[in-house]
Amino acid sequence: MVKKSLDKVYLTLIFIFLYLPILVLIVLSFNNSKSRVIWGGFTFNWYRELFSSSMIMDAFWTTILLTMTASLAATLLGTLAAIGIHSMKKNARAIMLGATNIPLLNADIVTGISMMLLFVRFTGLGFHTVLIAHITFNIPYVILNVLPKLNQTSRYTYEAALDLGAKPLYAFFKIVWPEISSGVLSGFLMSVTMSLDDFSITYFTKGAGVNTLSTMIYTEMRKGIMPQMYALSTILFLMAFALLLLMNVKSNRDTKLAERSC
Amino acid sequence: MKTNLRSAVHLSRKWTSILLIISFSAFLLYGCGSEDASNTVVILNYGKYFDPEMLDQFEEETGITVKYEEYESPEEMYAKYKAGSIRYDVACTSDYIIQKLIQEGETLEIDFDNIPEYSNIDQKYIDYCKNFDTDNRYTLPYFFGTVGILYNTTMVDPAETDTWNVLWDEKYSGQIIMENSVRDTYMVAQKLLGASCNTTDLDLLDRSLDLLLEQKPLVQAYLTDETADHMAIGNAALAEVYSGEAAYAESMNENLAFSVPKEGSNMWVDAWFIPKTCRNKKNAELFLNYLCRPDVAMVNFDYVYYATPNKAVFDQLDEELQQDETIFPSDETLNNCEFFKPLDEITTNYYTELWEALKSY
Amino acid sequence: MKGWWRLMRKYGKQLLSGPYLVWMIGFILLPLLLVVYYAFTNSAGSFTTANIISIFHKVHMKALWLSIKIALQCTVICLLLSYPLAMILNKLSLSRQNFIVFLFVLPMWMNSMLRILAWQLLLSNNGIINAILDFLHLPNISILNTPTAVVFGMVYDFLPYMILPIYNSMARIRKDIVEAAQDLGAKNHTIFIKIILPLTLPGVMSGIIMVFVPALTSFVISNLLGGGKVLLIGNIIEADFMQFFNWNLGAGLSLVLMVFVIASMAVMNNYSGETEGTAVW
Repeated sequence: MVKKSLDKVYLTLIFIFLYLPILVLIVLSFNNSKSRVIWGGFTFNWYRELFSSSMIMDAFWTTILLTMTASLAATLLGTLAAIGIHSMKKNARAIMLGATNIPLLNADIVTGISMMLLFVRFTGLGFHTVLIAHITFNIPYVILNVLPKLNQTSRYTYEAALDLGAKPLYAFFKIVWPEISSGVLSGFLMSVTMSLDDFSITYFTKGAGVNTLSTMIYTEMRKGIMPQMYALSTILFLMAFALLLLMNVKSNRDTKLAERSC
Repeated sequence: MKTNLRSAVHLSRKWTSILLIISFSAFLLYGCGSEDASNTVVILNYGKYFDPEMLDQFEEETGITVKYEEYESPEEMYAKYKAGSIRYDVACTSDYIIQKLIQEGETLEIDFDNIPEYSNIDQKYIDYCKNFDTDNRYTLPYFFGTVGILYNTTMVDPAETDTWNVLWDEKYSGQIIMENSVRDTYMVAQKLLGASCNTTDLDLLDRSLDLLLEQKPLVQAYLTDETADHMAIGNAALAEVYSGEAAYAESMNENLAFSVPKEGSNMWVDAWFIPKTCRNKKNAELFLNYLCRPDVAMVNFDYVYYATPNKAVFDQLDEELQQDETIFPSDETLNNCEFFKPLDEITTNYYTELWEALKSY
Repeated sequence: MKGWWRLMRKYGKQLLSGPYLVWMIGFILLPLLLVVYYAFTNSAGSFTTANIISIFHKVHMKALWLSIKIALQCTVICLLLSYPLAMILNKLSLSRQNFIVFLFVLPMWMNSMLRILAWQLLLSNNGIINAILDFLHLPNISILNTPTAVVFGMVYDFLPYMILPIYNSMARIRKDIVEAAQDLGAKNHTIFIKIILPLTLPGVMSGIIMVFVPALTSFVISNLLGGGKVLLIGNIIEADFMQFFNWNLGAGLSLVLMVFVIASMAVMNNYSGETEGTAVW
């Protein structure tokens, strides 16, 4: 019994550690004074300024555009690559996987700088360079999510379908795809997570006037106190909360069904 | 996490289509709102140095898309520019960096016939520009000022602030903020050692480092644009700041005051110039003309709060503001100040080492 | 006809990874080669090892040492916090587990810059923690602008990357193995040392790599929470590129840093015996 309450205490402490900063941001977003500790009254001002600030809204849309495009492209390239790697012999496969690990393990700053060196030589920096950089570091995540799923599929089912007269593409969609689709989706989601939050690589490869939320916030933070940032935090938190809640509710329903049927 | 994602597959078809729709609409919105690539102007400027609404207004009035990049310290500007990764049309930076760029042939002559509003600039400050642009061919002055001590009168006795030594006073330990800019911070040490801030004497530079290392335990942080906000809410008692930053802070907290110490200080002029990477000289000069307009310059002055060389703006100010010595330093103060000069490569590289030595814990 | 199809089938799928191969060469290998090129040349373009040797300069060693120290502190703290947490999470019922994991993943989805901003507010001299301490008449802390604040920020930022691999590797431990050990009379701590610990080792190694490497090379957190007083190797490299326009030196230091990373990759390959496609999560 003591163990159980110790567990609960520990969980609560970690929980507080994780959420205290977020709570602070949310509370301060409604504070009518710029001070961090003095409450100046309740206000929606900062939210109003947030939405009327073209700088913040531009950064927001850029981030969404960048993340979505990069993740879609990375998922496409990565899935194809995973299928290809899966069919390779041991040696080629080892080499490809080793190379795939490089951007994963390499420090962000080295990846960002190396790409900047490349881009400065051949093209200037712009939105396209950030996009390429994001796709590049997202593909490995996709591959590492799809490949295990491919390993689990049986090649015999696929070949049986072919022998029964199915065209390769048809067989692929009917047999292989359902088994790997969860891997593809989780690869996609992981790319989205990584792209949304990236700073270092974006910092080195972005062009003039291109700002994502992370780089915009970084620049603004070094200029002083901007309560609009607190409002932004609250909104982003609510969005993430809604999104994860949606995903969780569905899976909870499934797990409860699974538990009951056991 | 795995169980969440596995079962989210059931939503996958719905989700993928939703996400695809979002991304395509974002793309369309962005594409629609985005520019005709040729009609842009790429600007490089200090952070917090131009009212964003005036940028928006410029876009509305002229239809030219503004791409605005910022930086914090003059050295950063030089690195950013030299990297060549972005081609700037017009840039603003400090005197000694402009001088260096002019020497390196990186600047284009400004065609002042295209900038009728230039006549609003006080000749006195155009003459100041001769310090780094001998014939006034390449630059257009933007703001000027000094470097001094911003202090909180409730925590510091004003009488103590006539010397830079107060920043080494142990009773203010942890209450001191210094500039996160190599020349500005070293200038303080050099003034205390009675030297010029443009010295190339490596020995003297070593002694400056030692003096600054003595101070380091007392320093709360090395900041640039954040200082004003920190002083305004009372996070520190003393700070080395630029005069305009001090004025801005004073406007937020009436307990703050500014002083330029007797050992002397640095006077600076920030000016606009057109780099040779400019692709749209017409747009650049349109922009320069725009910012010299009295109404625009006035809004910028209110936003930045540094001393403006624009006579049309100055004449419109209250007498109280005109006489405010924090914003507009007296001639006496200015005479005690030195301009920064660009330094040779050996000294510049040595400064890099000194700066890193100071920052490393 | 059938022969041709068979041939296509044999090599066709491999060709699917063609685009990725091209991409990889162009955007991963080529940039790294450029880094090597810059690292071994000086601004005049001639060969030099000065950039690599410069890692041994006093200032660079100091920064590297501080980075290693901070990264180690951060990794250890993350490990100590995560392991018990993963164990507790795994004991919960399945539906509650999902909910709680969701709660712990949620902060990760909020922008990391903003979360660091929040720590600035909390830790500053005039910040919220000090305000609370004042209220309770306790002495104030002055952590901001010191390496401690940077460690705090890093732990906060990287904790999820340590929790999830450990949690996942623990979740994979089959309950019947533990039950079999219990049936054979093993005490709890024996089960822990002999069964749970070894089986979660891949997850632990994964987590350590995912935390140590970013912590070692970070420059943002030290810029925002260090007040310009905490100079890490990442800061030096960033400054070399963005402030001092010394690309060769920056590339040299980056190369040295990459060696560290390759070393950790070798270590990870030793421990992650499971499958090649082991994802982090």
